[in-house]
Amino acid sequence: MSSFIPMGPKIAVLTPEIIVFGGSVLVSIIGLSRSKTLRNSVPLLAALTLLASLVAIAFGYSNEAAEQAGVLMPHFNKIIKTIILVIGIGLVAISVGHIDRRMEDAVARGATTFDPMRVVRGEFYAFMLLSICGAMLIPGSPDLIWLFLALELTSLPTYIMVAMSRGTRRAQEAAVKYFFLGAMSTAIFLYGFALIYGSTGSLQLSTIREVFADQVGRGGIDTLGTTGLILCILGFCYKLAAAPMHFYAPDVYEGAANPVTGFLSFIPKIAGFAALAVLLNTVGWSGHAGISETGTVIGGLPAPILATLWMISALTMTLGNIGALLQKSVKRMLAYSSISHSGYMVLAIIAGPGLGFEALLFYLISYGVTNLAIFGALSGLQKRGEDVESFEELSGIGRRYPGLAAWLAIGSGSLMGMPPLLGFWAKLMLFMAGVQAGHTPLVIIAALNSAVSVWYYLRLIGVPTLSPPGTSSEGVLKGPSSWPRFAGAVAAFVVILLPLFASRILGNSAEFAPVRPASSAKPVPTTTQETPREENAQLALHCSPTRL
Amino acid sequence: MIQYLLLLLPIISALVIALSSQRAAKWIALIGSTAAFIAATLFAVQFPHWTTGNFWPDLNTTPILGNFGVDLKIGVDSVSMLLVLLTVFLTPLAIAGSFSAITTRVREYYAWFMILQASMLLAFMSRDLIFFYVGYEFTLIPMFFLISIWGGPMRGPAAIKFFIFTFLGSVFTLTAVIFVAVRHFDSTGTWTFAIADLVKFSSTQLSAREQFWVFVGLMTGFAIKTPFFPTHAWLPLAHDQAPTGGSVILAGILLKLGTYGVFRFALPMAPIGAIECTTFFAILGIIAILYMGLVCWVQTDIKKLIAYSSVSHMGFVVLGLFALNPIGLQGAVMYMVNHGLSTGALFLCIGMIYERYHTKDMEQLGGLVSKMPVWSFFMIIFTLSSVGLPGLNGFVGEFLCLMGAFVAEHDQPAGYPGVLGPWYAVVAAIGLILGAMYLLIMLRKIVWGTLREPHGDGHTEHAASELPTDLNFREIAILAPIAVACLVIGLYPKPLLNAVEPCVKEVLVNYPAAIDAFNAKRGLVNPSAPVKQAETAK
Repeated sequence: MSSFIPMGPKIAVLTPEIIVFGGSVLVSIIGLSRSKTLRNSVPLLAALTLLASLVAIAFGYSNEAAEQAGVLMPHFNKIIKTIILVIGIGLVAISVGHIDRRMEDAVARGATTFDPMRVVRGEFYAFMLLSICGAMLIPGSPDLIWLFLALELTSLPTYIMVAMSRGTRRAQEAAVKYFFLGAMSTAIFLYGFALIYGSTGSLQLSTIREVFADQVGRGGIDTLGTTGLILCILGFCYKLAAAPMHFYAPDVYEGAANPVTGFLSFIPKIAGFAALAVLLNTVGWSGHAGISETGTVIGGLPAPILATLWMISALTMTLGNIGALLQKSVKRMLAYSSISHSGYMVLAIIAGPGLGFEALLFYLISYGVTNLAIFGALSGLQKRGEDVESFEELSGIGRRYPGLAAWLAIGSGSLMGMPPLLGFWAKLMLFMAGVQAGHTPLVIIAALNSAVSVWYYLRLIGVPTLSPPGTSSEGVLKGPSSWPRFAGAVAAFVVILLPLFASRILGNSAEFAPVRPASSAKPVPTTTQETPREENAQLALHCSPTRL
Repeated sequence: MIQYLLLLLPIISALVIALSSQRAAKWIALIGSTAAFIAATLFAVQFPHWTTGNFWPDLNTTPILGNFGVDLKIGVDSVSMLLVLLTVFLTPLAIAGSFSAITTRVREYYAWFMILQASMLLAFMSRDLIFFYVGYEFTLIPMFFLISIWGGPMRGPAAIKFFIFTFLGSVFTLTAVIFVAVRHFDSTGTWTFAIADLVKFSSTQLSAREQFWVFVGLMTGFAIKTPFFPTHAWLPLAHDQAPTGGSVILAGILLKLGTYGVFRFALPMAPIGAIECTTFFAILGIIAILYMGLVCWVQTDIKKLIAYSSVSHMGFVVLGLFALNPIGLQGAVMYMVNHGLSTGALFLCIGMIYERYHTKDMEQLGGLVSKMPVWSFFMIIFTLSSVGLPGLNGFVGEFLCLMGAFVAEHDQPAGYPGVLGPWYAVVAAIGLILGAMYLLIMLRKIVWGTLREPHGDGHTEHAASELPTDLNFREIAILAPIAVACLVIGLYPKPLLNAVEPCVKEVLVNYPAAIDAFNAKRGLVNPSAPVKQAETAK
């Protein structure tokens, strides 16, 4: 069944990942250097690695070559990798000066001598690059084993990053929690993979796709396959921080250092969404393939999966927003906000290729950039060498650091969906995709939720700029490095200015756009039940994955 | 190009203010907003195309999300133009009115003010629904800061309440807009958010049920912004706590965004939904008129009284809008403009008193006519205009709104729904009496009677040094233009009514078909059809 793919083209397609992997090895060695200059150049090196990888994608990636190498969604693959790399550079920038802060201070003061055993900066950036490398591997996975390994490569380094990011017990507690729950989620989706294998007899995603299409033709995907898919979705929910697997997020986000929290709220999330897209591609949003001969619209995902995702989306956004309302810590609040944004993005997954994927990618860009602005500002502050976490500590800092307060405000405005900031356009596209796919009720729930979210985002705007400085905000000073603040500033400007170029970024809409003749005034039915089955199966086969 | 200039002027002024010194800020703001006023007036005089009821200019588009039909299109018709003129007229006056009141974080204040103006202008001038929404929604940010930095003692809760209420409403508006745009894409294959296209599509192609929900969605946002009766909870607090300049803009212009939305989007986009909901909203309007009138009656705080009276007055606008005939709609538009002028001016007057006495409590003030004759003169004019005294501007709109509701039934043969009838007008007219009562009682308490001043005379420290007992030249220069405008519109409203008329007809153009569809849905015979046939037979 599975076709043999020669090694050469496959490796050529993986050049960007190979560069990142090589960079991680290099970084881990250089971090141990006795020369302070070399040690300090580690983040720069990491950023350069990502840049090199970006160049490799920009000039060396072609959809045709990727398709020949067995990548199922070449265009999607390229965009996801690009987003990961661009945001990754920002994430490297906001973490400068954080790791080994105390150690380096002590060495600089002469209180201690440099001891390669006690520094972790090299490892930290190496793990960061490894995690990014893992996330980049996901959207191009041709089979389940690859998908599993890539997901693990994304997650495992993050557990360690949480632990090493701060010297405190809280960070270690968070890391252990994150690890155990992560292992559990891995077990869940691994079991799902096993069931899918049991149902289809193959690990190749393209074969699974054919078998599922065949099953649909014979009366629907069998119970084994459906259960497997649902278990996978639940397992991936952990990566997305989506309900019902979201409980870890506030504790872990709070325990980790600010830049690591920024990392956790983006890279695993985009990895999870890419995995979800890759996996659901095996079932197909056949509704978007077109119109059957008789003129009826063919529905989206299979009913049980649609229902699962629908509930996940509604629950995630609602629980996330309600949770965020009650928080005193900025980071816990941002954790819940990150949960609710996952809920919005699941809506885009439900809507599927075409407008839905476009909305998903745009939302991921918007969320990533906005996150950078907020975490850049937070990471740029410190209080006695420790991270700033609570609202009280931010109270009135706008008087002293108007720039940082402005980045926070711009970031919150964008997360809330305030026009004309980036987040608004992302939400607009998301809602358009949702309505077009016939999920207006879910869009209304999302709209209500984004209105609820205003309350806590307003606090993040108001507390730094409007509240009077309090006792706990007195000791808050600028952090040792100006890179995080610079990254925050750049991100904030991108949040304001990117909408003007949104057309350019989303120039490929035709490539995603569903084919739909002018006559179909009826909203898309949500299940495949209404259409003749053979026809549906045929269409599912016709719907070439390369168009994605 | 001048229309872009009009948008850019406030933004540029805001940037210049942000870079200037604290002392120069207010002058730059004044110059910038006056320049915007001059530009808008030139625009209005030089290109009188807008009076014909069409949008002008209609061609300039700048694609933003081009693939999804989101283009920056700027153009005005007569209703937008009137509201643009109102905006550029009131903004410099509100800025001048803040000169002595704002002493802290001066630069920020004026910068936010200019940004507020830019976003209001964008909302009124946009020919694209998404950009209307951008302007409409972005007004929240400057207003939030204006209230929460320079507001009264309860400013925090007031600002948050204002923000959340309005945001909550407008997400529904956005969802309804997206729904219409998606349906447009589904049936034509192209994305667009151009108002003209969507209105045409939505009013003719959507089914009755869809139109109902679109109407409800749109109205949720606009009803909170206007505000309609049960959703007005944010307004008194926000008005009361906002600084004078903020209150003027809030009452004078921001509330009109809501009614403008109803006029421009809700009514033309979903005629069947509008007909279906007319009774409901008209009754809400009447409740607002009467109930808020009674609430005003018992207020002791002048600013709160005027704030509640705004809700009551907006009730008349609602009644005029839902009369769904040309007279009512013309009345509603006139009322929007006039309410902006008179209520804005009243807030300015109250601000002047507050700067002198640091109180807004009617029990502590009285007989000011003997001490401040000039102020009292203006106060009386604006109060009477607000009451609706014939000869002043308030009367025009109020009368037309009531008349629209009264004659609605008789307009049925002409192809208008005519759901309302004389009884609505009669009940609403009680509001006129209530209005006269609470406003004249206010006048009696603070202007007439024996002189009462708060303890310590109020003329303490900074007030005494800067402000004379009665108004100074700056303050007279602020109030006089508004008073002249009130008088001119009151005595000769004809040009405005003429300008508005084609625009109003445009709104109602799809109603005859909608009435047929509505009646067909209800299983009723079309009452207007035989009459029309008879007419054509003649």
